[in-house]
Amino acid sequence: MSDYNFAYLDEQTKRMIRRAILKGIAVPGYQVPFASREMPMPYGWGTGGVQVSAACLMPEDTLKVIDQGADDTTNAVSIRKFFEKTAGIAVTEKTRAATVIQTRHRIPEEPLAEGQILVYQVPIPEPLRFLEPRETETRKMHALEEYGLMHVKLYEDIAKHGHIATSYAYPVKVEGRYVMDPSPIPKFDNPKMDMAAIQLFGAGREQRIYAVPPYTKVVSLDFEDHPFDPSKAEHPCDLCGAEHTYLDEVIVDDDGGRMFVCSDTDYCAERQALGHRGRLSPPETLAEEAAQ
Amino acid sequence: MTPLLSVKDVRKTYGGRIGCTDVSFDLYPGEVMGIVGESGSGKSTLLNCMAGHLPPDGGQVLFDTRTRGMVDTLTMSEPERRMLSRTDWAFVHQHARDGLRMGVSAGGNVGERLMAVGARHYGQIREQAVDWLGRVEIDEDRMDDPPSAFSGGMQQRLQIARNLVTGPRLVFMDEPTGGLDVSVQARLLDLLRGLVREMGLSAIIVTHDLAVVRLLADRLMVMKSGHVVETGLTDQVLDDPQHAYTQLLVSSVLQV
Repeated sequence: MSDYNFAYLDEQTKRMIRRAILKGIAVPGYQVPFASREMPMPYGWGTGGVQVSAACLMPEDTLKVIDQGADDTTNAVSIRKFFEKTAGIAVTEKTRAATVIQTRHRIPEEPLAEGQILVYQVPIPEPLRFLEPRETETRKMHALEEYGLMHVKLYEDIAKHGHIATSYAYPVKVEGRYVMDPSPIPKFDNPKMDMAAIQLFGAGREQRIYAVPPYTKVVSLDFEDHPFDPSKAEHPCDLCGAEHTYLDEVIVDDDGGRMFVCSDTDYCAERQALGHRGRLSPPETLAEEAAQ
Repeated sequence: MTPLLSVKDVRKTYGGRIGCTDVSFDLYPGEVMGIVGESGSGKSTLLNCMAGHLPPDGGQVLFDTRTRGMVDTLTMSEPERRMLSRTDWAFVHQHARDGLRMGVSAGGNVGERLMAVGARHYGQIREQAVDWLGRVEIDEDRMDDPPSAFSGGMQQRLQIARNLVTGPRLVFMDEPTGGLDVSVQARLLDLLRGLVREMGLSAIIVTHDLAVVRLLADRLMVMKSGHVVETGLTDQVLDDPQHAYTQLLVSSVLQV
């Protein structure tokens, strides 16, 4: 433990990142440039999120890391281990018990509370990037609130597919001002961004930090005659029976067999422990035997 | 009658070289003005200075705005100027791909300006796009194709539709027919002449093609080495050129 400064980064770097975070919170949705550091992991693995988490962590914090909603995937496991080793903090898989949650591609199903911090890993912070490649121009468009182009993308979706086919990284307008990329979370999660917790977004390669303070209005963009639809797979979870959660589709055999399970593993396990059952849950007797 | 656009002593230099200098003129509503001259005579520099794409080194470009009357567009705030350039102004580039979004469908290209000024109803945006594509003779069933699937003439017509959809009052055109073959050119000119008359547009057309200005322009300005050497009514300048360079220009046109 003493081989590392607390949470890996040196104090000056954390100070610099905290200043960027504070500015981000003061101007919700605005992308604050920061001097992103080399981290001991490749770009695209959450270098931005890790730096933001490192700047937020205190010795008394409890950290939860999820990747696509799951606590046990490679990305989540390695980042959790990283902070266990470099900060010596407590870690948890329980959403409710965590004070800092670093996430990739999901917002936990369990509503977050005041005092919690949700840190997103962001690959491309600029929502206008694929419409307008010039960064000088997109910055000007943000400054002058020229967001018509964002709707051109949604228009193209409807013209091509008959409905807004953008299903993740769905653009939102924060507090009626900045259009923001919510990182590649499914659009199902967009309505949850109106929350009590602090949301911080870190993009390491792109060197940008932005934030959504608690209780900030986050509106998903849409057309009057094609309203926003936070869609999900039309199934209940096959393990816990939940009908209101975001589901992963899992192919289970070579004959087209498939199952749908909650992508939030902690939420699903908790429901199963409470006795909720789905289509493919083992029979009750077996489960009891296994428990014994 | 107040002019729509009033240009006063516009000057632009590139280091020691002159781009254009001492250019002054008034453009009245509904008037089409042609600027002709050889390559390097400063026509495009002048056009870009007027349209706000290049900052001039001196002079004024006054525009009769809807709310505030005559305002110098060079000193107005950037948001206001950008607003102007997507509502009351339009700019038709020589190369359609400079003025179009090549990755976005034809309908999306036309709809972009509408969405930029706040249209948020898909059905209505699409309706207007269909209407405008019809006016520039592009079939409705091509509206979801990207411009890269269009011919050069179609791209140019699409660019015009995209620019005129918000009902601008002033159109800047930089060699709108350059690079098109003669029959396509003729159709485009016909279309442009119809639209300009029908909508009562004012336009400034930069070209080196005298036939284009003969057909479209009411007034003509001849440029040489960054200076305006002759101005007057189009027919007057072309039929009775006074300056030596204008005489050369007019006599250089091949007769078939």
